[in-house]
Amino acid sequence: MPKHSPISLPQRSTQPYSARQELPKLPHVGRSPDRVDGVDKVTGQTQYTDDLPFAGWYGATVRTPAARGTVTAVRFLEGPNWSEFAIVTAKDVPIHAQSVHAPDTSHGPSEGGHDTAVDLNIVQLIARDQPYLVRDAFRHKHEPVVLLAHPDRDIVAWAATKVLVLCDELPVILDHRVDPRPDQVQHGADNVLKAIGLRKGAGEDDAQLDAVFAAAPVVVHGEYDTGAQEQAYIEPQGMIAQVWLSAHDQHRPGWPSHPFRVRVQGSLQCPYYVHTAIKHLCNLPDELVEIAQVATGGGFGGKEDFPSIIAGHAVLLAMKARQPVKIIYDRVEDMLATTKRHPCTTYLRTAMDNTGKLLALDARVRMDGGAYVTLSPVVLSRGTIHAAGPYEIPHVRIDAKAMLTNTPPNGAFRGFGAPQTIFAMERHLDVCADRLGLDPAEVRRRNLVQVGGTLATGQVILEPVQLRAWLDRGLAAIDWVDKRSHYKVFNDLQVADGLPLRKGVGLATFMHGCGFTGSGEVNLASKCKVRAAKDGVIEICTANTEIGQGAQTVFAQVAADALGLELQDIRVIQPDTAQVPNSGPTVASRTAMVVGHLVARACDDLVRRMEDGGALAQARPKAMDYARPSKQSDGRGGSWQADDLRQAVAQVAGHPVMGEGWSEYEPPPGVIWDDVAYKGVAYGTYGWAVYLADVQVDTTTMEVKVLDFVALQEVGRVLHPTLAIGQIAGGVVQGLGWALLEEVTLDAQGAMKNANLTSYVLPTMADVPTIRVLFEEQPYAYGPFGAKGIGELPMDGPGPAVANAVAMALGCHVPAIPATPEKLLRWSTLSA
Amino acid sequence: MGNTGDSSGPCEATHARRIVVCRLHVNGEPVAVAVPAHWTLLEMLRYQLGLVGSKQGCDKGDCGACTVRVAGDPVLACITLAVACDGHYVETVEGLGVGGEPHPLQRAFAERGAAQCGFCTPGMLMSAAHYLDALAVADAPIVSTDAIARALGGNLCRCTGYTKIFEAVAEAAHEVVDRSALLAGGDL
Ligand code: FES
Ligand code: FES
Repeated sequence: MPKHSPISLPQRSTQPYSARQELPKLPHVGRSPDRVDGVDKVTGQTQYTDDLPFAGWYGATVRTPAARGTVTAVRFLEGPNWSEFAIVTAKDVPIHAQSVHAPDTSHGPSEGGHDTAVDLNIVQLIARDQPYLVRDAFRHKHEPVVLLAHPDRDIVAWAATKVLVLCDELPVILDHRVDPRPDQVQHGADNVLKAIGLRKGAGEDDAQLDAVFAAAPVVVHGEYDTGAQEQAYIEPQGMIAQVWLSAHDQHRPGWPSHPFRVRVQGSLQCPYYVHTAIKHLCNLPDELVEIAQVATGGGFGGKEDFPSIIAGHAVLLAMKARQPVKIIYDRVEDMLATTKRHPCTTYLRTAMDNTGKLLALDARVRMDGGAYVTLSPVVLSRGTIHAAGPYEIPHVRIDAKAMLTNTPPNGAFRGFGAPQTIFAMERHLDVCADRLGLDPAEVRRRNLVQVGGTLATGQVILEPVQLRAWLDRGLAAIDWVDKRSHYKVFNDLQVADGLPLRKGVGLATFMHGCGFTGSGEVNLASKCKVRAAKDGVIEICTANTEIGQGAQTVFAQVAADALGLELQDIRVIQPDTAQVPNSGPTVASRTAMVVGHLVARACDDLVRRMEDGGALAQARPKAMDYARPSKQSDGRGGSWQADDLRQAVAQVAGHPVMGEGWSEYEPPPGVIWDDVAYKGVAYGTYGWAVYLADVQVDTTTMEVKVLDFVALQEVGRVLHPTLAIGQIAGGVVQGLGWALLEEVTLDAQGAMKNANLTSYVLPTMADVPTIRVLFEEQPYAYGPFGAKGIGELPMDGPGPAVANAVAMALGCHVPAIPATPEKLLRWSTLSA
Repeated sequence: MGNTGDSSGPCEATHARRIVVCRLHVNGEPVAVAVPAHWTLLEMLRYQLGLVGSKQGCDKGDCGACTVRVAGDPVLACITLAVACDGHYVETVEGLGVGGEPHPLQRAFAERGAAQCGFCTPGMLMSAAHYLDALAVADAPIVSTDAIARALGGNLCRCTGYTKIFEAVAEAAHEVVDRSALLAGGDL
């Protein structure tokens, strides 16, 4: 029944954002100016990849018809005039005697070994096992075999259905929970793509750990499952490639014998990932490959690793067609062929004393990596580190494995392994609370880490966390205590009267590490450049992409306040490897925090150079401290006048020394990580959060309605409250979708059965409440003006918070998500 | 594109096309466009008229990114044949502003951060514009949460969690209601 409720709107946040702990006011940071890309987006002027003016050919991909086997033949059926097409297969891509590159190590040491003869057909990532095009053996359905290009978009799509790929099939494995039979082994001796062990205290020694469990008053076991999830950016993947062959090769068929130039434009998160991939594919030096990001309609991790493959395909077709080639996936192809969130099964055993204090955690994590290694090792790593949650647990043993299965590779998706293990731990703690007869909030309160405490990796918490106070604020916001008691009565009455409604509240407390794990940021060695332009504007050059989160706007705010200028004085350059240095990928909640800090430092460097070169009066009192703005650096930079600075900027534009400012990543002191023992400071800092859900379940249909949702987090200084609220609300709703609606179902060949947005159900506006987003702000010394990362955090909490609320409502265990009505019916019937 | 199992996709007759001429008004301008008979309104707008503001998110009527208005009603341009719009008024995001001024919805979306990646935005705006117009002519206009959710329930957004979009639409809707009240001489 429609309610006709008058709506009260929150005030527009043009005023400084007031957090509970007041931070010094700045002219731009901490306020909510309009997004720099906002006007173009609301007027339809923003051009995404498929909107760009384009004169060239259109590409399409022909894929494997089965999950595993060997391609025996490719037949081009009657119909299309095949002489009009550019056709590329793996045979067109040579195995080169000599690579001009050392293997890429930005994800840590390469696992493939480095030999000089390289198959250019292999995608350059952590391991070198995934081909751009199947040579003969293949490992998943919808793996690319043949590429077609044609001047007509409709004809190429039709022609792709006229290519028949014949194959001999081999036994497949689709379940990551079981060990492979010998005939299913396709990677190493056991299909284990990566194994990680994490140990703390008695966890180091199996016998000692057993003794802790044997002596513990309360031991609880549980197994938890989380499903795959489609990123479902609303703009499907797309790339445009252009190739300029040397005069020698222009009229010569076959692979070019001389160096050539490549330019790729497309929908992507990480220009330098694509750059690395394409320079290896083409065996070209860095400077002959240019990758430019076009306005991107969402990424969520889905445009982290996969764009390298589409870019490679477009480049191969452009080489063959001698024409620019555009490949745009349609929604079905995008869902069938590209990455998803890793399904994960987590077995937990915890030992507690009678008061609910955790004594030991024993965990086994198994993730489904899909058919190739891709990013699974690093996804598993983040999942492992986050498995023990923000809790002080003396003894920990975690064994985690990513397993090969014959599905398309699972890849990066917001949260990157952490939401999976956090779901298990947070759901498990509610089971423990039940066992002990305690309030779930109480069990968490007794275990939340405090200043000076240690996480599972042995990392000592030095930042002033106040998790118990934040928990209390979250509980008060959702009215936890009252709701719990009222809902118990309400549910009892409904049961007594034979009525169908049940209500519950649930919560999750968790953390999310900001930036790359361990030594990741050091290996990346990100660089940022700012440069003076002739019109007196300062241009920010980073490789970090605007994908909806507001990167361009917050970079402009940070630069403006670092320099004491206005937002109009700053221009954020669209990432293009021909223009911007490698500031690392747009992933891992690192853009605002790590790269934002680099932007501030590069601005400082520019001013220093202008002073040293005499373009700006040397009057600065001392180096700025971006994290803790003080009198010297109150957001008005140093002591120069903004107008003097503007003039100086126009003057030094193009100057080789004074016209540019640079910065390079420096690890915060004390960030030391042992990648072998899995010990040390896994992340320089964490975002901390308490999420709470209030739900109603109609037991007639088992439909879950989320009535209210509170997302409270400490994420350092909030750079732009409006954007931060929007990004977090978006993450929460994505998390609610994963928890309740979004179910990837596979056929016997490991391919997605519901590869469309009709039967893979995303939350709509009608499905979700207004998400209430609350902040705590404790400035982080190594983020710009104290900011931390926020991108992934909101994906971690909604799953367990909602599952816990549903478990309370139905009085049954909810061991898996998505908790679809069918499953809820089964679980509630089982427990009745 | 591709042979991803959807055999009903590109039709066999693709290479033998029948061209038809559609006469219609697009954003107020009369146009005559020759298009292949099997083309959708979205294809005509994007490929023939260069109006790329309307997006293709799914091409199956599931996401709402292609929403435009035909004869005032919100329509999914990806599943509407171009020829079906012959003789009609079609309005896209490019025609949303009035006299060089942004539409109140566009202003509210920009100020409230309701466009994040922006890919769903044109479709959202067109659905919301229809809702506002209906509100403006309602006898007793009331802004309600449910009505907004119903009006925009067919437009998927993966970035915002809808919170900011809802705020923006509600704000613009309140303006409409206030204006109607003024026009009716009622109290504010
Ligand atoms: S593109 Fe038309 S509904 Fe998705
Ligand atoms: S703003 Fe990105 S899909 Fe809505």
